[in-house]
Amino acid sequence: MKILVPVKRVPDPTQKTKIKDNAIDLTGASWIVNTFDEYAVETALRLLENGESNTRTGGEVVTVTLGPDDAAKELRTTLAMGADRAIHVVTDDKDIDSLAVVKVLQAIIEAEKPDLVLMGKQAVDGDANQVGQMLAGKLGWPQATFAATIEKVADGFVVGREVDGGVEYKKVPSPAIVTVDLRIVAGHSVKNGVTPATFAYQGEGARLPSLKGIMAAKKKPLDSKKIADFGVGAPAIREVGVTLPPARAAGQIVADIPTLVAKLANDAKAI
Amino acid sequence: MGNVLAICEYSGAALRSSALSNLSFARAAATAHGGEVIIALIGAGANAASGHAAKYAGKVIVVEDGALEHYLAESYAPIIARLAKDNGASIVTATATSLGKDVMPRVAALLDAGMASDISKLEGSNKFVRPILAGNAYSTVEISTPIICVTVRQSEFEPAGEAGGAGTVSTAPVGEINLFGASFVRAETQKSDRPDLGDAKVVVAGGRGMKNGENFKVLEQLADLLGAAMGASRAATDAGMVPADWQVGQTGKIVAPNLYFAVAISGAIQHLAGMKGSKTIVAINKNKDEPIFQVADYGVVMEWEKAVPELISEIKKVKASR
Ligand SMILES: Cc1cc2nc3c(=O)[nH]c(=O)nc-3n(C[C@H](O)[C@H](O)[C@H](O)COP(=O)(O)OP(=O)(O)OC[C@H]3O[C@@H](n4cnc5c(N)ncnc54)[C@H](O)[C@@H]3O)c2cc1C
Ligand SMILES: Nc1ncnc2c1ncn2[C@@H]1O[C@H](COP(=O)(O)O)[C@@H](O)[C@H]1O
Repeated sequence: MKILVPVKRVPDPTQKTKIKDNAIDLTGASWIVNTFDEYAVETALRLLENGESNTRTGGEVVTVTLGPDDAAKELRTTLAMGADRAIHVVTDDKDIDSLAVVKVLQAIIEAEKPDLVLMGKQAVDGDANQVGQMLAGKLGWPQATFAATIEKVADGFVVGREVDGGVEYKKVPSPAIVTVDLRIVAGHSVKNGVTPATFAYQGEGARLPSLKGIMAAKKKPLDSKKIADFGVGAPAIREVGVTLPPARAAGQIVADIPTLVAKLANDAKAI
Repeated sequence: MGNVLAICEYSGAALRSSALSNLSFARAAATAHGGEVIIALIGAGANAASGHAAKYAGKVIVVEDGALEHYLAESYAPIIARLAKDNGASIVTATATSLGKDVMPRVAALLDAGMASDISKLEGSNKFVRPILAGNAYSTVEISTPIICVTVRQSEFEPAGEAGGAGTVSTAPVGEINLFGASFVRAETQKSDRPDLGDAKVVVAGGRGMKNGENFKVLEQLADLLGAAMGASRAATDAGMVPADWQVGQTGKIVAPNLYFAVAISGAIQHLAGMKGSKTIVAINKNKDEPIFQVADYGVVMEWEKAVPELISEIKKVKASR
């Protein structure tokens, strides 16, 4: 099984948000793989291994990013985690919008013909939550978004989707687009028929690259392509300004519960 | 410029309150676009809600068919795209519920539309404000495609009132359905008598410090006393203490109630993103240095084991004295 995972680099969310010239100021920012995409890579690896014996059972994981030269670093991180090959479409972030990302990913998917595209449900910089669904629409593929669980079955995948009010199970054939939610990295969320059902992955998120993985990643293929070769036009969605939200007025620490309740009743009139 | 097609979710014979927020955006957008609001009701039981919907717009279109018994993006998206084209829509909008977020980008792909997700404000006909970076900034985007798709953040738009008068109701055929092999398997949904997290006036949320699901019972008592919805941090939902759809935050539910209780929640930016629009925030935490106290209007530095039972009895006293 060949799995393609689009990944985006995002500014580390623990940094303070700054604005300069009506845009987010990213000078000196540190970058990470979008957490949801890291989880998608983790999911791809779990689908292709025996988790208990920690052995790969075959298949191929290809990661793809659209981003500046520096974004090669985050692609290497995915290779160090265990992806086999990466594709880097070099572009300035401000020259592309989601329509362009979709157009380029579509072309790559049509050339690579993966059995499954796994990706994050949202990039935590723009918080758009739209590329996966748009891609499925453009390709004419089925989609299963917000996946908390995924099970490989004979003729496709059964995905447990996190929806308002609970979980909805949806079956999609291969190939399909699946976007992952946070709980996809829970101990029993990925079932591939190989890893024993009794086995639970440990830890809170995706695997950290091992030293061996980091060394191996240096030799794995990373194919660099130019955005110009994909016929992407000028962005139709442009950011024209950025503002910071108003700060909340400073609150107070109250000494005890009776004081709190009195303030809620009399000052805030909230109860 | 053209009409606004508003995809509205319903429950039985009534529009959902999330749909009313969508309609208040839709009205503003219709004014900006010089067109009218057209409500689309889609699904197996859609017609039941048409009477209620007609109170909110001049035109309601119902697409009802047994084949739509279970929502699937694959069947809904082409229907919405066709309704948009057939009715001269220049904006197609839905609330950013799990359904809206799932289907609308797929609609955008079918219409070659630019899309603005989870918007908080309309600023002219094709300019939208939307929170980014876990709500740490607001981005204004301008979209130049002839048709635009939008999802709106429920907590940022007041529910629309009735328009006065009754709109016309018509039906449109479901057309050919191609599911691309996808199928609905089953749903595991929890029924709750509490209000929806999305539009509750009071929310009581617990975090990792609650330690286990059993301990949440005391928070549920507080919630029931106040007619509140229950919420939680990711740490609590991931640990399986409470259902996943209680998660409040950047990647969970965005809420803006009158009153929000954060109990044993540290206040990570991803959690704050989902609740810092609340009018009054109360934090109960044993550690005075936690970031939650920076957004809280009232903070109590105390263990919840002591604080919450006392809170319940004090509120009961206040209620009894009224
Ligand atoms: C991509 C991504 C998306 C995320 N999305 C979300 C999201 O949508 N929502 C969300 O909530 N998180 C989200 N998170 C997780 C977030 O970063 C935090 O890890 C999470 O919010 C922490 O939950 P918590 O405050 O319950 O746990 P902790 O940070 O562990 O805090 C527990 C708190 O309980 C207090 N405590 C312990 N015992 C007691 C006691 N007896 N009495 C009183 N207080 C006590 C402690 O002092 C502490 O403050 C996301 C993370 C990532 C990476
Ligand atoms: N520049 C990009 N390069 C590769 N993948 C991307 C890029 N932007 C978005 N994606 C993918 O699309 C998903 C959803 O992103 P978004 O719709 O922007 O929130 C992400 O989790 C990635 O998998």
